[in-house]
Amino acid sequence: MPLSNDGAALRLKDDDDVAVVLRPLEQGDAVRFGETAVIAAAAIPSGHKIALRAIPSGALIHKYGQVIGRASTPIASGEHVHVHNVEGTRGRGDLAEAAS
Amino acid sequence: MSTFQGYRRANGSVGVRNHVLVLPSVMCANNVVDRIGRAVPEVVIVNHPTGCSQVGADFEQTKRTMAGFAANPNVAAVLVVGLGCETNESKALATEIAARGQRVAVIGIQDCGGSTETIARGIAIARELVREAEQHQREMCDLSELIVGTECGGSDGFSGITANPALGYAADRLVAEGGTVILAELPELVGAEHLLAARASEPVAAKLYELIERVEARARAMHVDMRYGNPTQGNIAGGLTTIEEKSLGAAYKGGSTALREVVEYAERPSERGLVVMDTPGQDIEQLTGMIAGGAQVVVFTTGRGTPTGSPIAPVIKVATNTTMFERMRENMDVNAGAILDGSQSLEQVGDEIFSWILDAANGRTPAAETLGFGDFAINRIGPSF
Repeated sequence: MPLSNDGAALRLKDDDDVAVVLRPLEQGDAVRFGETAVIAAAAIPSGHKIALRAIPSGALIHKYGQVIGRASTPIASGEHVHVHNVEGTRGRGDLAEAAS
Repeated sequence: MSTFQGYRRANGSVGVRNHVLVLPSVMCANNVVDRIGRAVPEVVIVNHPTGCSQVGADFEQTKRTMAGFAANPNVAAVLVVGLGCETNESKALATEIAARGQRVAVIGIQDCGGSTETIARGIAIARELVREAEQHQREMCDLSELIVGTECGGSDGFSGITANPALGYAADRLVAEGGTVILAELPELVGAEHLLAARASEPVAAKLYELIERVEARARAMHVDMRYGNPTQGNIAGGLTTIEEKSLGAAYKGGSTALREVVEYAERPSERGLVVMDTPGQDIEQLTGMIAGGAQVVVFTTGRGTPTGSPIAPVIKVATNTTMFERMRENMDVNAGAILDGSQSLEQVGDEIFSWILDAANGRTPAAETLGFGDFAINRIGPSF
């Protein structure tokens, strides 16, 4: 589980789209994994996620090397990744209505 | 091989506590049970809103839960208090509890001619059961006699990184020594079921997929996105975004061993090793279901913090982060936040949880038990008529 260079974020699997923020980030804070840096686009609370790359709307989002949801809007690198820009792909009984 | 000092019951099972339980067969007996409990502080009591006007699978589940809870080996003897006209007939419940090898007495409010006489007779019986229970002695028992329930409540973005993997490490140690570990909260395995199925035989994997489909079918029948209720508002504030994300973190609690069996709510596992039980994610219904299924000890990880305890089983609390551990110190037992602080490794915290399980089995009381918290709720799967 690689920690970012200053220990502020944790990427659980190498190819994950997001990292977990371990201490609160301010807008403009840099998170570096080796040579790669992302800049926090907004303040991100501890325990929340930061995008490590740009994610197009509709793309699956990976954490733990597994799917945790789908982007509901385009997400830029460094953005706070949460309920405002991610929807679940499971337990979506609300979508059954449209299909029936 | 690890051992602990437990209470060997007549039916061969082993308890880690020696409680006398006073159990209402129906909610109409709750107040009488309360009065008996106040007069005989050595007993534990539960109250609940079930036991009447129930039918079918829902009624069967309620009966199975009450009988399993009463027959948990942490209980030395049970006094069932009924009303007299309830669907969940108290004498039939007592017969079912006795069939599981438990010492049981039963009284009814209508039979006794009112509440005052029932309370008086109940107090006398309860005192006698306490005297009998005091004769039981702890003896050396093998760790393989333990069923440990795992639970997470008030999860946050750290649950899947600290406390749950540390609990999984302890779970692997328990299973390696022949013990049984229950992983539950089916809605909180949605999105992680493939990882468990890959560690199961074909029929066990099929049953797991069937139960997961049952959860999602319920969401479809209600035309709702599960996310409006689970993850909860507190989970979301703590950084969890979707049920899949919560599930992937929650599944770590069960460790990495093969999944041996999938059981229904409050059903006793027939296999040793890692077992999945079909419970809701709702904390108290889950806790009750696992203990009714025979769990003598529960380990409960939490990120937001919760005081939950059981009236008959020690519930060990593991904090996912140091901030909450310090803020709610009186309710916590282990700080898995130490993993992020760098002061302890995941394996060290896992070993600490494993030691706590053995200590609790030997009689050490975790915070929830010391504080006297005794939560109880039966999962309903049908309406009251």
